[in-house]
Amino acid sequence: MDWLNTIIRTFFDFGAMAEVLPQLLAVGLLNTLIISIAATVLGTVLGMVVAVMGISPSKWLRVPARIYTDLFRGLPAILTILLIGQGFARLSQSIFGPSPYPLGIIALSLIASAYIGEIFRAGILSVDKGQGEACRALGMSYAKSMALVVVPQGVRRVLPALVNQFIAIVKDSSLVYFLGLLVTERELFRVGQDAAVLSGNLSPLVAAGLLYLVITVPLTHLVNYFDNKFRTGRRRAAPPTSGLKEVKELDAASPLTAGSNT
Amino acid sequence: MNTPTPTTLNTAATPETQSFHGSSLELRNLTMAYGDIEVLRNVSLTVAPGTTTCIIGPSGSGKSTLLRGVNRLHEPKSGNVLLAGESTLGANPDTLRTRIGMVFQHFNLFPDHTAEENVALALWSVKGMPKAQAMERARQRLAEVGLAERADHRPRDLSGGQQQRVAIARALAMEPEVMLFDEATSALDPELVKGVLNLMAGLGRRGMTMLVVTHEMGFARKVADQVVFMDEGEVVEAGTPAQLFDNPRSERLQRFLSEVL
Repeated sequence: MDWLNTIIRTFFDFGAMAEVLPQLLAVGLLNTLIISIAATVLGTVLGMVVAVMGISPSKWLRVPARIYTDLFRGLPAILTILLIGQGFARLSQSIFGPSPYPLGIIALSLIASAYIGEIFRAGILSVDKGQGEACRALGMSYAKSMALVVVPQGVRRVLPALVNQFIAIVKDSSLVYFLGLLVTERELFRVGQDAAVLSGNLSPLVAAGLLYLVITVPLTHLVNYFDNKFRTGRRRAAPPTSGLKEVKELDAASPLTAGSNT
Repeated sequence: MNTPTPTTLNTAATPETQSFHGSSLELRNLTMAYGDIEVLRNVSLTVAPGTTTCIIGPSGSGKSTLLRGVNRLHEPKSGNVLLAGESTLGANPDTLRTRIGMVFQHFNLFPDHTAEENVALALWSVKGMPKAQAMERARQRLAEVGLAERADHRPRDLSGGQQQRVAIARALAMEPEVMLFDEATSALDPELVKGVLNLMAGLGRRGMTMLVVTHEMGFARKVADQVVFMDEGEVVEAGTPAQLFDNPRSERLQRFLSEVL
């Protein structure tokens, strides 16, 4: 059973895991969450702008949105992160200081916004056309009907897809390490990787991996739960009723019918 | 002409619920197209203030398109539409639509709003009414269509008939001068059709100008001041219900009536 021992020593050395765990939690997990949440919030705001542009009646808004989406969705994440992280390093230095951390978040946001924009666009387009028409027929402007009626319905429909996108961002956040983070800025992957190199053992990376799963797996199941709930919809349970009840109710609607039938 | 019945109404109704001030509506050579296809050709029509005009005809004859041209949900290709004597085509479409109420075949209520929120939405967002006042007005309007007790229900908890009454209340709350009904009872339970039609007839009696696209020939015959028969995007025949239903002149209308009556 030599090989089994080798495997356990290589991947599941609990001593090495325990040693790196405090750092994984206090530095790695914290930074992973900060990067992911910040990128998701920024990406959602940007994504909404891209989506609204993408369904605009004006070609001058639609075409740029399309190009933006194709660009950031079509490029490998690592390439975008490096181009932005290194290309704008000087500019970033004058605004945020020497750390590449903010640029990493921005690069992730841009990538996320392309995906989130498509998610929102699909959600908004799936709303029945009659909804917008009813708004317009009441005298609401295009902007108001979108903001008050159509977009909220579309967004509610795609909440599960947004959580999936957050999961993707959590995983992509590991790529930010390419920009060279300060010791205190390292996210999960980098902390695990550094410890693995020092100890000559992969167990710290496995521990980092487990922490990724701790974030992503519950979210995946949460999505499924909500997805089911949204799909079936809530409806007040009601016993079978007689149509006569409503017929009487209509007869009683006196002010408009003035009590007399035609 | 239908003389508006002097209403002896329940005292809870506010004065403004007792009668409407419908405006006149006139279509002059209205032509509408989707792309290159003309779906409405040279339609002219006059609707006197406070009267009801029913538009009948087979599906695809341009009836709904005509309604959508009146409130410019679809822009006319040529011709003119006059509301209270003034062309609607120069007006701001949003302002125009606050003066013209529309009721749809599939209700188009906002599913994430309660009945009263459905009615109140345009009141505060378009008319700028304070929200509390808008909700108060919404409840009044719902009470008038017999839905006072269901004001806090969402559309999915309402029957089709109830939903359509909410939709009517929603349009009326804006105090329109003209109401457009696009097959308002086509999607309803058979038992509930009459109630909604009675509601519509009541509006007519109280002085609302109404343009009603309908397949309900009984309603057209009893309630309409004028009936318009359309086919292939054109008005084939127009006149009083008696003229059209009892003495149809065109062969096309005779044929249509022989099939539906």
